[in-house]
Amino acid sequence: MRQIAIYGKGGIGKSTTTQNTVAGLASLGKKVMIVGCDPKADSTRLILHAKAQNTVMDLVRELGTVEDLELQDVMKIGYGDIKCVESGGPEPGVGCAGRGVITAINFLEENGAYTSDLDFVFYDVLGDVVCGGFAMPIREGKAEEIYIVTSGEMMAMYAANNISKGILKYASSGKVRLAGLICNARKTDMEFELISELARRLGTQMIHFVPRDNQVQRAELRRMTVIEYSPEHPQAKEYLTLAQKIADNKMLVVPTPLEMEELEELLMKFGIMEEEDESIVGIAEQAAA
Amino acid sequence: MSDNIRKIDGITKESTEALIAETLSVYPEKARKKRAPHLGANDQASGSACVKSNKKTVPGVMSARGCAYAGAKGVVWGPIRDMVHVSHGPVGCGWYSWGTRRNMMSGITGVTSFPMQFTSDFQEKDIVYGGDKKLKTLLAEAHDLFPLAKGISVLSECPVGLIGDDITQVAKTSSKELDLPIIPCNCEGFRGVSQSLGHHISNDTIRDYIIGTREFAEPESPYDIALIGEYNIGGDAWSTKPLLEECGLNVKAVWTGDGELDKIAATHTVKLNVIHCYRSMNYMCKVMEEKYGIPWIELNFFGPTKIRESLRKLAELFDDNIKAKVEAVIAKYDPIMQGIIEEYKPRLDGKKVMLLVGGLRPRHTIGAYEDLGMDCVGSGYEFAHNDDYDRTSPEMPDATVVYDDPSEYEFEKFADALKPDLIGSGIKEKYVFQKMGIPFRQMHSWDYSGPYHGYKGFEVFARDIDMAINSPTWKLVKAPF
Repeated sequence: MRQIAIYGKGGIGKSTTTQNTVAGLASLGKKVMIVGCDPKADSTRLILHAKAQNTVMDLVRELGTVEDLELQDVMKIGYGDIKCVESGGPEPGVGCAGRGVITAINFLEENGAYTSDLDFVFYDVLGDVVCGGFAMPIREGKAEEIYIVTSGEMMAMYAANNISKGILKYASSGKVRLAGLICNARKTDMEFELISELARRLGTQMIHFVPRDNQVQRAELRRMTVIEYSPEHPQAKEYLTLAQKIADNKMLVVPTPLEMEELEELLMKFGIMEEEDESIVGIAEQAAA
Repeated sequence: MSDNIRKIDGITKESTEALIAETLSVYPEKARKKRAPHLGANDQASGSACVKSNKKTVPGVMSARGCAYAGAKGVVWGPIRDMVHVSHGPVGCGWYSWGTRRNMMSGITGVTSFPMQFTSDFQEKDIVYGGDKKLKTLLAEAHDLFPLAKGISVLSECPVGLIGDDITQVAKTSSKELDLPIIPCNCEGFRGVSQSLGHHISNDTIRDYIIGTREFAEPESPYDIALIGEYNIGGDAWSTKPLLEECGLNVKAVWTGDGELDKIAATHTVKLNVIHCYRSMNYMCKVMEEKYGIPWIELNFFGPTKIRESLRKLAELFDDNIKAKVEAVIAKYDPIMQGIIEEYKPRLDGKKVMLLVGGLRPRHTIGAYEDLGMDCVGSGYEFAHNDDYDRTSPEMPDATVVYDDPSEYEFEKFADALKPDLIGSGIKEKYVFQKMGIPFRQMHSWDYSGPYHGYKGFEVFARDIDMAINSPTWKLVKAPF
């Protein structure tokens, strides 16, 4: 069983990419479980065709304690026999979402969710590794492979670099490794070249360049992955290719994150960022006039 | 001053410094460097601290310290009897701090006093989803079950601060809905270096939510005082309050032993604040001085010598009427106290005691031991600050050892060298020293006894000390080492 965690900037398309890729793996005959690690609980809707599933934490809240919970209450089977679990958690601004992830994953472990017939477990983790809870999927004995979803946009690349820093910290004490960048294209200038270069600098690979296609949205409206909705569509082939590449991937590295200056240099080289003019920094419009 | 310098046979500055050096020698260099400034030989003439204090405990050495929550729940808020005190968080903090301090309460349980354990008993779901909704329900239920409780304090345990629950907002809303004072106290245990910050935070909440919100029903008089920093351990306040009343003073409020919310809230109208435990409540004395112009005075009610000095110091601030009453009180009790001393002193004279208590008693009780003919040969605090050590210096005999937040090792080492006849400290130390064959009394809780304050208390104190030191038990046991 390979455990894989997907990280990336908020809104970059982690959940969509994860579900389409997992659907691809399923159609290749692999047994997969998705563990959604995001209080929004939208990591499994395309697989289950459901608005949202009962999350672990929702049921814990309802029943009072985690000890009263049964695995079948929270694990649903969707497209391609994919097992789906959502950790769930509080609405923004209260409580501790990170603890929710820890509670949910501990529950899954204690109740035997990680069965030996599984080929892959995917953790779809919210935005950034903001606290220990969101690092839970990459702690000792869990995911050892991390894919970062990014695009050619500046902030997405900053986030990818930051996540690499987090991986470096855990990699030095454990087995977790960076397995590649997935470019979820936004059609920015020289996106392919830029992410390939970023991947190279990080010591990893751009495992796949997923082009932008509205077929993904059309499928999402029907709460389906492209692979299920239109298996013959070119976009479905892209996700299948990504799935195959992940299945075959052996390139697991300790990342070499960039210093802020290096990253900005890279962005300037590709014309994403302009050379900074230090003489104008901190001078208000009126004062300059 | 020099004629007041007291020496102990066999204890010199050099001998104490050598003992300290030997004690420190087993530490690794880093720990030794950190601990060294916290151990010193008293310079009685200087009247100033010989050690550093109120610093983070050195990791790896056992400390007797508590936490900010302990300071808020156990010390300042907990003793107020007509309020419900909620330990907000997982159940353990509330459970293990329930009644252990022996701050006694009068009244009828559930009607006029609430010495019960209230907790929000956090579960996983409360951490993940936040405990604010549960707190709101709890507050309503507590008010429903105990409508006569005058208010509710919400005392945060660690997780509340970690997950960022907004207890202030919940308290504000519920306070309006229930028409009841609800005081949010962010005394999460991880804040600060000891329980001391919990005292300060609690004083601040009294300042922000309580003081000045009530008035006394009866008209003001020039003899209105409040007794601050008296927690009624083993019934102490039931000794000191009547004593002050016998001196002609109106004790309008006691903070917070057997305390009542309405009286504490109206304390801003008294003429003088008499503070006993300076460490835990000097903050509010200073606030009341600045805001309401109320002067304050530090007194000591341990042992007849200190009581006499204290009452005369107090009388100086009042008219001849009070002065006469104070003298009458002293004249009445002095012979009784003399009788007690005559009974016990022959058995205790020349005995040595070592102390390690919280923030007041390591200096305040010294006089009481001396009244019984005993000498304090070492003293230290868990959580005192520099101003406490300044106040300790003149009380301790010259050149005796002073230790701040000592580790168990240091304390044992000092005891081993100084061979005291009694150690006065807490439950964590008690059995260690008893197993070493050293008589012991708990000086936090009065060891299931009390009161020790006031004239009434001295009789109990003298009896207990005699009982501890002269128990025939010690002749029957032989330490195996």
